[in-house]
Amino acid sequence: MIKYIFKRLLYIVAALFVIVTLTFFLMRIAPGSPFASEKSLPPEIEAALQEEYGLNNPWYIQYKDYLVSTAQFDFGESMKYKGRSTNDMIAESFPISLTLGVEAMILAVGLGVLVGVITSLYHNRFPDYLGTTIAVLGISVPSFILAGLLQYFVGLKMQLLPISGWNGFIYSIMPAFAIAVTHMGFIAKLVRSSMLEQNSSEYVKMARAKGLGKWTTVFKHTLRNALLPVVTYLGPLFAGVITGSFIVEQIFAIPGLGKYFVTSITNRDYTVIMGTTVFYSIILLLAVLIVDIIYGLIDPRINLKGGKK
Amino acid sequence: MKKNFLWVAILAALTLVLGACGFGGGDEKSEDSKSDGKTLNLSIASEPPSLHPQLATDTQSGSILNGVFEGLTRVDEKGEVENAIAEDVKVSDDKLTYTFTLRDDAKWSNGDQVTAGDFEYAWKWALEPKNASQYSYIFYAIKGAEAYNTGKGKADAVGVKAIDDKTLEVTLNNPTPYFLELTAFYSYMPINKKVAEKNDKWYADAGEDYVTNGPYTLKEWKHNDKVTLAKSDSYWDKDSVDVDTINIAMIESSATASRMFESGDLDFLGSPFQSVSLDKIDTYKKDKSLQISDIASVYLYKFNTKDDVMKNKNIRKALTLAINRQGLIDNVIKGEQKPANGIVPMSINGWDSQQTFFKDNDMKGAKEALAKGMKELGIKNASDINIKLSINTDEAHAAIAQYVQEGWHKNLGVNVTIDNSEWQVYLDKVDGGDFEVARMGWTADYNDSTSFLDLYTTADNGNNQTGWESKEYQSLMAKAQKETDVEKRLAFLQKAEAVFMADYPAAPIYDYTSLFVVKDGITGMEPDVLGNINLKDVKIAK
Repeated sequence: MIKYIFKRLLYIVAALFVIVTLTFFLMRIAPGSPFASEKSLPPEIEAALQEEYGLNNPWYIQYKDYLVSTAQFDFGESMKYKGRSTNDMIAESFPISLTLGVEAMILAVGLGVLVGVITSLYHNRFPDYLGTTIAVLGISVPSFILAGLLQYFVGLKMQLLPISGWNGFIYSIMPAFAIAVTHMGFIAKLVRSSMLEQNSSEYVKMARAKGLGKWTTVFKHTLRNALLPVVTYLGPLFAGVITGSFIVEQIFAIPGLGKYFVTSITNRDYTVIMGTTVFYSIILLLAVLIVDIIYGLIDPRINLKGGKK
Repeated sequence: MKKNFLWVAILAALTLVLGACGFGGGDEKSEDSKSDGKTLNLSIASEPPSLHPQLATDTQSGSILNGVFEGLTRVDEKGEVENAIAEDVKVSDDKLTYTFTLRDDAKWSNGDQVTAGDFEYAWKWALEPKNASQYSYIFYAIKGAEAYNTGKGKADAVGVKAIDDKTLEVTLNNPTPYFLELTAFYSYMPINKKVAEKNDKWYADAGEDYVTNGPYTLKEWKHNDKVTLAKSDSYWDKDSVDVDTINIAMIESSATASRMFESGDLDFLGSPFQSVSLDKIDTYKKDKSLQISDIASVYLYKFNTKDDVMKNKNIRKALTLAINRQGLIDNVIKGEQKPANGIVPMSINGWDSQQTFFKDNDMKGAKEALAKGMKELGIKNASDINIKLSINTDEAHAAIAQYVQEGWHKNLGVNVTIDNSEWQVYLDKVDGGDFEVARMGWTADYNDSTSFLDLYTTADNGNNQTGWESKEYQSLMAKAQKETDVEKRLAFLQKAEAVFMADYPAAPIYDYTSLFVVKDGITGMEPDVLGNINLKDVKIAK
């Protein structure tokens, strides 16, 4: 097990190296510069700016600098926001995205599993149709439309929740819901189909035959097997959700991390592009690793050591 | 055991949510303090890139700086210059030397005296090439400033000297009638030398080291979330400051900002404090809440005079005349903009007396010019002319381009394709001369026509982009620069614009307006011609 994790960590380092390299060259191929504006700069000032950020060096020196700074997890000062370091920007905004993301995850997993179980138990009856409709609607309505609608009706017309901002738990309800609904739909569909598969299996029939109640069977036996595909989905979902959503953050004016992924690129803010990309990659790669480990814990049939035993 | 693990996992997740303190709570106190004093709630579209007076370049940062710092002078609502930190200004007869005497009661928010040395320090800081201040060129009116900034001169040779703590002497290159307006601009605001020398990142956050000398202090700066300004106790004119707290939330989406304005969470919408979203213009017009003021900013289509077709003056003339500006404004952009007739907006000082250069939507004249131009270029059919109209990706620019495209195609018979690219790519293309017709906007830095006319003195100027230059234009601009008589100077400058417009290197489209809505009972929020809002003058009726 330890050996397996160690091996996987090595892969992560290799993957990071590839990601940093690709990001570096892609962002350098894109035209434009962090200092571009409608008013052109005197050439001397532009040269001074280039020098300040080391952009006048040949590409291999810059590439080396980026690799070194990535290895040290110090991405340097933002080129757009003067005097602000990329690390600070991530450190300030990540907890907010994390909070919102975890809240959305709890909503998505809780509701998703619930709807999935109900729809499968009442297969082809009214609760199934209702639940499936909700799930399909959740998947197909984009989060920005849902966010806009929530904001208009719940925020402005009914005045139930604050329209935007980030000042306490009450501010997080609408955005968390807007993020959660799509994922909830996915999870519900996943749970439903794998539950249906399990429901017709021998061990479930056996449990029912022994006289166990419908719900007891679900919680004691079926659900654990049915949740395996959901766990697979949770890894990347977790990484995506806790690093923030650009659209939802924009609509609800939340000072989270999500917007940096997009604005840093439009600004050609090289240091921030690199910082956010590496940060996201690490979280994604670790989340996938954790999912694989959890797999082994909840499903004894999976052996992490590989077929060597 | 596995069950326990699951519970532990769920518990851990819950602790994360509640324990991470990511909700930014603890703000209840500032909510309470609302009721004590007068509060103004504003919003801006994004995090201010920098709240350092010498590093800021955008109007959002500028408007905040205008509230927390104060320069030697200040421009009031009517556009008149008044003394601010300077108690008295003496100008020499040759108009080249300005002597400012500072107020005794001008204090920094940490109690220090505002000295002439603080101004000298700030201005030279902006000019120091190492600091790479993007607005350093606004100091080029000062003697020796350009040389120092471009690495050819010394700091000591710059014409700004603190004679003593109270007296600042400034020597200029040329008589600059708008110099006292420049000293009101945020780049010219002082910074506390003692603090800045101790901590070179003093401007990155609100706190003890963010020392200001204006009507408000920077109470809080939550990055990407909000900025809070509080009335300053140490400000010399604090009795005329009416508002106690200004909350500036960062709200990127203008639809969200509109909803917050409607629900009463915001008191004002309008550049630079967010903007009235396009789809709301009609609504606000109907209920008569929309207010409109002129702004010294022009929207134009620049021609690439180095292009095979666009090098012809008559073709450029034909395209310029064949735009129905009034129709465009009434049907597409709807913001009561003014059809532009030149490269200098009408709202600029003295420009209301400028002549008209062409008739808007003059199809007859356009067709004649086109025929003439085609003959000169040896083109038989108008449909052989293919014009690439370049814009940067934006809903409004696209709508305008489509309207113009339709007009050119229908009336002149030329083919027009719209080439749209992302902002950075677009700038690259235009600067590299890879365009035929390109959209550009220009906003005045100071209320003087040279803020527009200076761009076109040479083809090398990075902001010219048209490749056009003219000896006559250069000599008129040079004469205007040396002229001490205001009327004569204006005549030279107006003539220079006429020389430019006779060649049509650019087709002016419209002069911008500033649209805004404001909650009842709040006054003083009107932006001046430069688009700045003077937060000091805002009054809230109780």
